Amino acid sequence: MMQLSKLYLLVSSEFLTAFRNRHEALNPLLFFVLVCLLFPLGIGPSPVLLNTIAPGIIWCAALLAILMSLSNLFRTEYENGTLELMVLATHSLTVLVIIKLLAHWMLIVLPLILLTPFIASALGMSFDVQLTLLSTLLLGTPVLLLVGAVMATLTLVIPQNGMLLALLVLPLYVPVLIFGTSAVNATASGFSAAGPLYILATLCVLSLTLSPFAIVAALKTGVSQ
Amino acid sequence: MILEAKNLQCLRGHRQLFNGLNVRLTSGDILLVEGNNGSGKSTLLKILSGLRVPDQGEVCWHGKPLAIAGNEYSKQMVWLSHRNGINESMTAKENVQIMSSLTNSYGANIGDVLDRVGLRGHANTPVRQFSAGMKRRLALTRLLTKKAKLWILDEPQGALDKAGIDLLETLVKNQATCGGIVIMSSHHDVSFDDASVKTLTLSGL
Amino acid sequence: MMKWLHTMASSAWFYRFSGRVIPWLMILFIALLLYGLYGGLVLAPADYQQGDAFRIIYVHVPAAWMSLFIYVVMAVYGFIALVWRIKLAEVLLISSAPVGAAFTFLALVTGSLWGKPMWGTWWSWDARLTSELLLLFLYFGVMGLYAAIEDKRTASKAVSILTLVGVVNIPIIHYSVTWWNTLHQGSTVSMTDKSSMHIDMLAPLLVMALAFKVYYGIALLLRTRTELIEREPNSKWLKAIIEEKIND
Repeated sequence: MMQLSKLYLLVSSEFLTAFRNRHEALNPLLFFVLVCLLFPLGIGPSPVLLNTIAPGIIWCAALLAILMSLSNLFRTEYENGTLELMVLATHSLTVLVIIKLLAHWMLIVLPLILLTPFIASALGMSFDVQLTLLSTLLLGTPVLLLVGAVMATLTLVIPQNGMLLALLVLPLYVPVLIFGTSAVNATASGFSAAGPLYILATLCVLSLTLSPFAIVAALKTGVSQ
Repeated sequence: MILEAKNLQCLRGHRQLFNGLNVRLTSGDILLVEGNNGSGKSTLLKILSGLRVPDQGEVCWHGKPLAIAGNEYSKQMVWLSHRNGINESMTAKENVQIMSSLTNSYGANIGDVLDRVGLRGHANTPVRQFSAGMKRRLALTRLLTKKAKLWILDEPQGALDKAGIDLLETLVKNQATCGGIVIMSSHHDVSFDDASVKTLTLSGL
Repeated sequence: MMKWLHTMASSAWFYRFSGRVIPWLMILFIALLLYGLYGGLVLAPADYQQGDAFRIIYVHVPAAWMSLFIYVVMAVYGFIALVWRIKLAEVLLISSAPVGAAFTFLALVTGSLWGKPMWGTWWSWDARLTSELLLLFLYFGVMGLYAAIEDKRTASKAVSILTLVGVVNIPIIHYSVTWWNTLHQGSTVSMTDKSSMHIDMLAPLLVMALAFKVYYGIALLLRTRTELIEREPNSKWLKAIIEEKIND
């Protein structure tokens, strides 16, 4: 299918480009921290209150930060013409999409997840609740990324797609948000979080297997303009 | 080696750009697509390259429609649109490597290729610092790295200086002499003294 | 068979066919509506617990059923449009979206009006209500995406993909009352089992559902005719029809 050397080249060029534009990757991260910071300041520092709403704050902030990072997902490639080359490379298109999404997750979402323990501690979350929170983020953020990528590629041909993108992803993001927070709240109340976690895992697997098709179809549609 | 387009129709909004268009090209043919802005040149080239599906009609390569033989077709074709297809965060050398990888072409000496397009010495310069003409020349390296039978070039002279245009014409003539097919759109005057240059003028109905 | 299907898919045939069918559908709709409303508002006995307030069910439930039904139909149109590239399917899809959105809105509003006296609240964030609200956003998303892309062919393809992706929401809505503890009541009408609603109350409900389906048919045909004219203003069949009307 694809030689290892070619795969290595594509992966390394993706990371190299991201590294050379590393200031862009900071924006979603800063946004995430900012939102999480504003809530205790806005609502009041009562530890009990913060402890109750902390899972929701962190999940919403993560969701919004990821949404923010998605609106320009393939835009550079679309505008400089490399997307046309990618589409013509047919066999490689799916691999390229996967590489791009993997790089996006590792460079933008993973730092966000790594910051979560610090923020969670600042909001008074206990260790075992944090563990569940991290599990939900690890399972849920790929879904957010993949579903968001489908919508981002569908709106690729629209210049200012931010608002429309948010409208399109909302129906599919809400279940992820609900299951993620209910899992964390379950652990906080002393119950098992297994149920919602399993469902998140299902959503993760479903989106991993199905979304590449939708993304490829959307990219081909966008390029034919 | 035959590229055939049968009964192509393309609509843009309410306007019909062209209807019932037929094209037949064999080895050594150069097709010039001319027309004013908005007459559908780029759209026609996109249809011929397989990036866009026509509203009616089909394109066939060696008798097989692109809907079926799309992969093999892309392997034997080089596409150059008016966007360069280069990554501005990378150097010239890295770009040639990536483009070769995307177009499935290997074995070309990057130094030689850059020399040929007149970018000697710029191998390790970030493309961001290139002028528009230099970026275009870098895009032209795709014609050299891949041994393709068919070239589809959309306004290839954009931003090129006189020397660049001469280079392009040489490359095109070479390709035709070696038995390849070249489809080129332009709204400049292009001169090829070859007899087997066909012209298609789109008037935008 | 394929030739017949392709004839059906031609705009000219569709325009003429719909023109002939719509008046009959309208008569059918009015008949069903009157019968359903009379049966629901007058004939059906008052509910044991809710009294006469329950009669809003005769609008609320059919509207909710239609909101799900239309989305599934749109997904089918989207599939046909993507796989077989039939233009009429694209037009049917986008013409259905506003009708589906309207039914969803109607379901939400009538539900809210019913909820206030019954549950004491205009809204609750339970699974059924939230997922129905998300369905409304899905419809808005389809309409918004189509409107935002200028080239209508690209827009149709994008919207077909979007509709297919969003179809996962439908089972969630339908099964939300079984999967979660919700404020909304569980299913009482079933296609496979015996329904737990008395036939005197059930019959007008089914008639209303049928009436709403016929209405969807009418609205769909009217909207599709308009959309076809907008898409193909310079086509031969349209010019022929205009000539006929002028010469009449």
